Amino acid sequence: MKAIFSLLLVLALVVIATVGAGAAKMQTIFAYCIPGTAFILFMVGFVCKIVSWAKRPVPFRIPTTGGQQQTLSWIAQNKWDNPSTGPQTFVRMVLEVLTFRSLFRNTKLVLRHDDGKNPIVAYVSAKWLWLFAILFHYGFLIVVIRHMRLFMQPVPMPIAFLDQADGILQILAPTIYISDVLLLSGATLLLLRRFFDAKVRYISLVNDYFPLFLILGVILSGMYMRYIAKVDIMAIKEVILGLLTLNYTVPANIDTSFFVHLFLVSTLLVYIPFSKLMHMGGVFLSPTRNMPNDTRINHYVNPWNNPAVKPHSYESYEDEFRGPMFEAGLPLEKNPEEAA
Amino acid sequence: MKLYNGGKIITGLVIFLGLFLTPLAYNAGKAAYSQPKLKLPVNEKECVESKEYMRKNHMQLLDQWRDWALRDGKRVYVNSKGKEFEISLQKTCMKCHTNKAEFCDKCHNDASVSPYCWDCHIQPEGLKK
Repeated sequence: MKAIFSLLLVLALVVIATVGAGAAKMQTIFAYCIPGTAFILFMVGFVCKIVSWAKRPVPFRIPTTGGQQQTLSWIAQNKWDNPSTGPQTFVRMVLEVLTFRSLFRNTKLVLRHDDGKNPIVAYVSAKWLWLFAILFHYGFLIVVIRHMRLFMQPVPMPIAFLDQADGILQILAPTIYISDVLLLSGATLLLLRRFFDAKVRYISLVNDYFPLFLILGVILSGMYMRYIAKVDIMAIKEVILGLLTLNYTVPANIDTSFFVHLFLVSTLLVYIPFSKLMHMGGVFLSPTRNMPNDTRINHYVNPWNNPAVKPHSYESYEDEFRGPMFEAGLPLEKNPEEAA
Repeated sequence: MKLYNGGKIITGLVIFLGLFLTPLAYNAGKAAYSQPKLKLPVNEKECVESKEYMRKNHMQLLDQWRDWALRDGKRVYVNSKGKEFEISLQKTCMKCHTNKAEFCDKCHNDASVSPYCWDCHIQPEGLKK
């Protein structure tokens, strides 16, 4: 139900763009006003979200034990999984951001039986999420970078090189991009995982399905433009560079599929700062990943402590309340006579 | 407003904004982009198919022509108007489109498309600058 609702939402967006830019001829709005506004909302929303997170006090170290912590000199420390210094933590963050090690550690619960047919509850490795995520994210990254050929004039050499490398299989014309295959399969597999893994399906919400369908819509509209409709790419470059150089003219013969693609991308941009897709920036602020396990090395002062409240030792506490405590018959370190 | 680890976070944000604003900065101050003007053949007015069809499907047609000529041995192309052409890049296409730099490259460079025609074929004059 949640999946169908999300799918209908994305289809509604497609219809809005098709009718708006196609039938209603509001091409300037769909080519310039909406994407421009979406980009500004994305940037401002992203910065506001990060700043609002930065205002939260940093919690006490959370040393999730992915490995042996720093201890006696003759016990080897697992420096990347349980770092105790800044540079080691940096390596852990780099590996987390680039290789998704937390997902690689994913496990699932299974019921096995030993030789005597006694049930054993076991946790076994589950790598599918990691694999699909890697396909999806790297596919997406290459696709975004490759799109810069439409955003830059003249096309910089690295972008042109990436474009050529991506189409190196030379299948069909226009050549099929490897990153398109990675991205489409990654997104589809992530969606199918939500459908067919009962436990994941149980916890999936509209805000899990909607971004997946939205991104699938972006991918499919983009692939439709390239492989099926074969849209006029020079006219599209004119629109995009018009947006960047603030020169708002819509050339003729732009296929409606371009406006659908652009509208879905605009929706995605606006959606990012307000949704789980903010993990794009949030991963850098993961408290269990970005802090070294040095709680036994450095003294930690709670950031929200009131500096006006001084430490109150038991000794001074007893000094303050000795009389009433003696009267109540409570045990004391020093009797009133001794203290006097 | 107190930010925790503000220095590092602001640095990260600046890098992020910088990356996303690169295309804007790259094109800043440049004149409005207009689509390339192609140098059309002087002697011939009609391509093998209509201008619209060629603009959209030339890559697919070239791909099919290669397959028909070299893999199937089919050397005659009948266009939508029933006119016959010899399937040959050098004898048919390049008879009119003699200048690669003034024709093919105009759009291909701007769109960063790198067709592999010239891995096998001899490049026409235009490329040799």
